[in-house]
Amino acid sequence: MTSVNQLVAVSLAYVAFLFAIAFFAERAAARGQGGWLRSPWVYTLSLSIYCTAWTFYGAVGYAARSGMEFVTIYLGPTLVMLGWWWVLRKLVRIGRAQRATSIADLISARYGKSNLLAIVVTVMAVIGVTPYIALQLQSVTLSLGAFAEPSGTGGFSNPNSAFWVAGGLALFTVLFGTRKLDANERHSGVVMAIAVEAVVKLVALIAVGVFVVWGIAGGVAPMLEQIDASPIGTWQMDKSRWVALTALSAAAFLCLPRMFQVLVVENDDERHVQIAAWAFPVYLLLMSLFVVPIAVVGLDLMPAGSNPDLFVLTFPLADGREGRAGLSFLGGFSSATSMVIVATLALATMVSNHVVMPVWLNAQGREGALVSGDVRNVVLVARRASILMILGLGYLYYRFSGGGAALAAIGLISFTGVAQFLPALLGGIFWRGASRWGALAGLSIGFVIWVYASLLPSFGPDGAMSARLLAEGPWGIGWLRPQALFGIEGLDPTVHAVVWSLTLNTTVFIIASLITFPTPLERLQGAQFVNVFELSGQPREWHAAMATSEDLMIMAQRILGPDEARKLFREEADRQGSVGHLPEPSQAFLQRLERELAGSVGAATAHAMISQLVGGSSVSVEDLMAVADESAQILEYSSQLEAKSAELARTAGQLRDANDKLTALSVQKDAFLSQISHELRTPMTSIRSFSEILRDTEGMGQVEKIKYASIIHGEAIRLTRLLDDLLDLSVLENGQVNLNVETGKLADVLEKAVVTAQASGSGALQIRRRRLNEAVALSTDLDRLAQVFINLMTNADKYCDAPVPQLEVSVETRDGALCVVFHDNGTPIATSERALIFEKFARIDGTPGAGAGLGLAICREIMTRLGGDIRLDPTDVGNRFVVVLPEQAALAAQ
Amino acid sequence: MKRTVPASVFLERRSYRRRRMMDAVRLLPVLGAMLLMLPLFWPSGAGPADEAIAMSTAVIYVFVVWLILICAAFGLWRVLWFRRAADLSETDIADDGDAA
Repeated sequence: MTSVNQLVAVSLAYVAFLFAIAFFAERAAARGQGGWLRSPWVYTLSLSIYCTAWTFYGAVGYAARSGMEFVTIYLGPTLVMLGWWWVLRKLVRIGRAQRATSIADLISARYGKSNLLAIVVTVMAVIGVTPYIALQLQSVTLSLGAFAEPSGTGGFSNPNSAFWVAGGLALFTVLFGTRKLDANERHSGVVMAIAVEAVVKLVALIAVGVFVVWGIAGGVAPMLEQIDASPIGTWQMDKSRWVALTALSAAAFLCLPRMFQVLVVENDDERHVQIAAWAFPVYLLLMSLFVVPIAVVGLDLMPAGSNPDLFVLTFPLADGREGRAGLSFLGGFSSATSMVIVATLALATMVSNHVVMPVWLNAQGREGALVSGDVRNVVLVARRASILMILGLGYLYYRFSGGGAALAAIGLISFTGVAQFLPALLGGIFWRGASRWGALAGLSIGFVIWVYASLLPSFGPDGAMSARLLAEGPWGIGWLRPQALFGIEGLDPTVHAVVWSLTLNTTVFIIASLITFPTPLERLQGAQFVNVFELSGQPREWHAAMATSEDLMIMAQRILGPDEARKLFREEADRQGSVGHLPEPSQAFLQRLERELAGSVGAATAHAMISQLVGGSSVSVEDLMAVADESAQILEYSSQLEAKSAELARTAGQLRDANDKLTALSVQKDAFLSQISHELRTPMTSIRSFSEILRDTEGMGQVEKIKYASIIHGEAIRLTRLLDDLLDLSVLENGQVNLNVETGKLADVLEKAVVTAQASGSGALQIRRRRLNEAVALSTDLDRLAQVFINLMTNADKYCDAPVPQLEVSVETRDGALCVVFHDNGTPIATSERALIFEKFARIDGTPGAGAGLGLAICREIMTRLGGDIRLDPTDVGNRFVVVLPEQAALAAQ
Repeated sequence: MKRTVPASVFLERRSYRRRRMMDAVRLLPVLGAMLLMLPLFWPSGAGPADEAIAMSTAVIYVFVVWLILICAAFGLWRVLWFRRAADLSETDIADDGDAA
């Protein structure tokens, strides 16, 4: 027979093996080779710490007592995993965004980083999980006892071995979980080790199951027959328990500190949740598959009175298969150790972050965050002490509960305790109105009812409560009986506790949230949690100027470690572009630092530490709010200033434009005056000189007199024409012209223009027309239009330098507009001068003739007034003036 | 999640299908809860007239429902996973789910 000593040796070897795995996993992770460590399969297997020794041993016992009811414990988590999209997805995202270190950290962060709430949640978690840890101690002790009894080894006593088991597990956890100095790292080694343990316990349970179904029962069909023939052969179900336990296990799956640790804190990639959504239910199904067969066969074969909780172990043992029994023992041992490690680690993190650190910081006073020395040591010592304390509490619970109750009953008490977090947790991530007082009140009332109706009665009659109190209620008040609150009797005690605690918890939570008003920080965090998928920004709350980078560096070094801290500061300095190693304590940097610190010591403590440095120890949310108000005002004022300065800039621009225009106009005016004086002076000079000759010359012949007089006359006419033109242009430019709109034919207008032009011109110009196209009716000022045509024709007559000057007048339709084109065969006007020819007094250099340069300017003014246009089209031969007739004129023509 | 107004009222066939898949993911736990609560209506042999369901039937029922749910979850995961791998340029599933 295997002796207990041999088993202990096997266990120690197994633990050493796990250590090796954890060690190599951590080393691989440190070297950056740990890609496989972060696979979704490791994540899924790490979730299996849900299946503790309670599952491994207790499920069979549960099935032997209550049939299929045991499966509810696994159906709840299955539904949670299948519904990952609803809750887990959001929880994991929030946990990562806020760098939550535990469920207490998450809840406190949600409700305004309240340390009070964190302490309440921590205390509740410790008390709630204690029965569960006792359960693990009990199962390992029982399994050792199962080996001891048949061999008759003397000196084996349950309480003693439980003590040694507790001590061993404590040592194991301290070595495992708090070996590293980097308190904020994910425990990749631990996660890898529990993944291996997950495989071991699954294989062990399936091995027993396969042995039972195919080895003893003889296959699936005989197995099913045997099930029907067994004492649990019919469907016996307390309906309220079926519903309540499914819901309870679902709630506990989310709220258990150790589940939060592996689900959220150790999560590396949000997509792993999607894979675990179906892979973890597979694991649960496999763990549950053989439970009923083992229970049925156990009930059949084992002697009456043997503990059904140990069928998994006693079965192969009774059959003489010690190897398989050893495997079962290791499976149970794995289940217990993995749960204890993660649960105590999670709880120790909570205790050290939310209870020890704040107390320590307070004790250190204002300089607390500045004293030299490594805070990490304080954190680690606190964690180790917490581990010892938690396992000690588990041991005490085991001793005082007598270790007699069925495993399943203890597990359910624990579940009900931690399920009290659910309203605050779900309310926090889905309801922005949830407030800190609501959460505190709900948690407290739920906790009190749980202690009163579930935990204390679990010690048995006359354990923690007198039998009389249980039966009659305190002071004989019947409706306060612990297991029949408000006079409702006949409920199953577990269902009773679950229903009352969670109902009142939720109700009080909602009502208190509705009637209280959250602090600004709470509202800020509430928005961040509820809208985590929309918002990724961090709340702005630090008044950065008060902290110096040196202080921050000292503090960060002590929590993150010198290397980490230096790296962080250097990165930030690089990002800010500053020269030294120390970055400016900007808002963004302080927020980042707070998040980094939160990963080590929790959100509430990190917040408190930064506030000690940044704003003195008394930074209240009201102060922060005042700062926020002030900056909001500054923001508003500066945006007003910005608007005003933009307006000023616009006005200045307009003024500049106006000034430019005025300057240009002044230049034009000067040019115009000098032009006009020149134009007027030339004829005036000749008139004056010829009139002086006429006056002063004696004996002038008649012929000469006539000659000089006609010169004077010609110049006077030229002067008149110039003045007429100027007057005309001035009237046109001022818009004072009255248009005399008549209806006529384009052909008639052209005819008149040609006659006039030829009468006044040299007569050398040949004008060719296409009369066929000219048969268009017009409705416009025909005289003005004729003036334009005459001008163009006389220009061609004057300036066309071809040997045989020709002007081709044609009527075309372009882009829907009617155009009259005047195309001569003279030298084309240079490109540089094309832009100028429609300006006043613009005359092309080097051309003969005596025009004042007003004709085309007048033409353009006229066409603009008529609503048409005149332009010079580029062409190879000659010049091509295009007169675009106004649209309404053409429309009227149709 | 806020989105720009789509040019067309109807989604592209592909993203339409993906959104319906996300609907299925969301509804699966509801279906699972309904199926798993069905045993509440089974006779438990309490009355004289009704005969309790055999344990083997109950075991088979629960495990078959469990398996079906797992298969459905696995199938949906595969569809969504590979579809997303096929078009990484589009918004990720979670965001899409929010908008749906």
